[in-house]
Amino acid sequence: MRAFEDFKVGDVMEFAPFAITAADIKSFAARFDPQPMHLDEAAAQNTIVDGPLASGLHIVCVHMRLFADGVLRDSTSMGSPGVEEIRYLAPVRSGDHLTLRVEIAGVRPSKSRPEMGLVNFRSHMVNGDGKPVLEMTATLMFGRRAATGGSGVAI
Amino acid sequence: MTYFEDLRVGMRAEVGSHTFTADEIKAFAREFDPQPFHLDEAAAARSHFGALCASGWHTAAECLRHIVLARQRQQAELRQRGEPVARTGPSPGLRDLKWPRPVYVGDTIAFALEIVELRTVASRPDVGLRIARLTGTNQRGELVYSVLSSTFIERRIRNRAGVQA
Repeated sequence: MRAFEDFKVGDVMEFAPFAITAADIKSFAARFDPQPMHLDEAAAQNTIVDGPLASGLHIVCVHMRLFADGVLRDSTSMGSPGVEEIRYLAPVRSGDHLTLRVEIAGVRPSKSRPEMGLVNFRSHMVNGDGKPVLEMTATLMFGRRAATGGSGVAI
Repeated sequence: MTYFEDLRVGMRAEVGSHTFTADEIKAFAREFDPQPFHLDEAAAARSHFGALCASGWHTAAECLRHIVLARQRQQAELRQRGEPVARTGPSPGLRDLKWPRPVYVGDTIAFALEIVELRTVASRPDVGLRIARLTGTNQRGELVYSVLSSTFIERRIRNRAGVQA
């Protein structure tokens, strides 16, 4: 289990590509971002094969899922206080293969809460052509190994 | 009142509220944020959160939904009055996003949008950039979500004249 102490500045994590489908895009949009450009091929001015454009927040949620599966599920994650910046750099369409790369940009123990530390992550997501589609800088909180007796679970 | 030129810094809109249920918190988490404190009551009780709470992205997604629906209601009213409707473009991004407090089961979050900056875009004479602070506030008046969101809004001047302003 990964704890605060295991994150080192400069370390890079790479994730397997995620293929986004038209069904994924429409399902997210219908629930949370019901704009025609995300729901309807004609409104998105694309062919049916290309499908609609993904909601930006959908791509952020895909990023979250990849990061949770690859890192957070087996960690002392305590959630996040916030995100410094998200940049949507290019549209995402069905069939795109999204590859995520995350660099550790900073680590610092919490002053007010000795049981945890804060880790800054810088994320880059590219499509199948290697074109950047998303950049994000975010802070996450992790339990410290010393404070949790090695169990990784805050008691 | 929807073109870029009609907007003013300080304009504010309450866009709606949402009560988070345990079922939808878990369903969202299974799909996008599978961490124990979003998935399981017992695991959440053992965590520093103390109880099941929503993924921050779930709160962000509900905020987005209410903003889109509020805009669509406004556009429908304009169309009904026979007035032109400005197009809104994609968002180039978000910044300064904060989740100061968790959203727990049963919390009702009221979402609002307030314009904080309006910028013309040198490379795009047809649109302007509206920067808004989006917020979510719980039933106790506590801030649970806050973000600066940028959106391109069509300019009236170019629309009317057919040439760049």
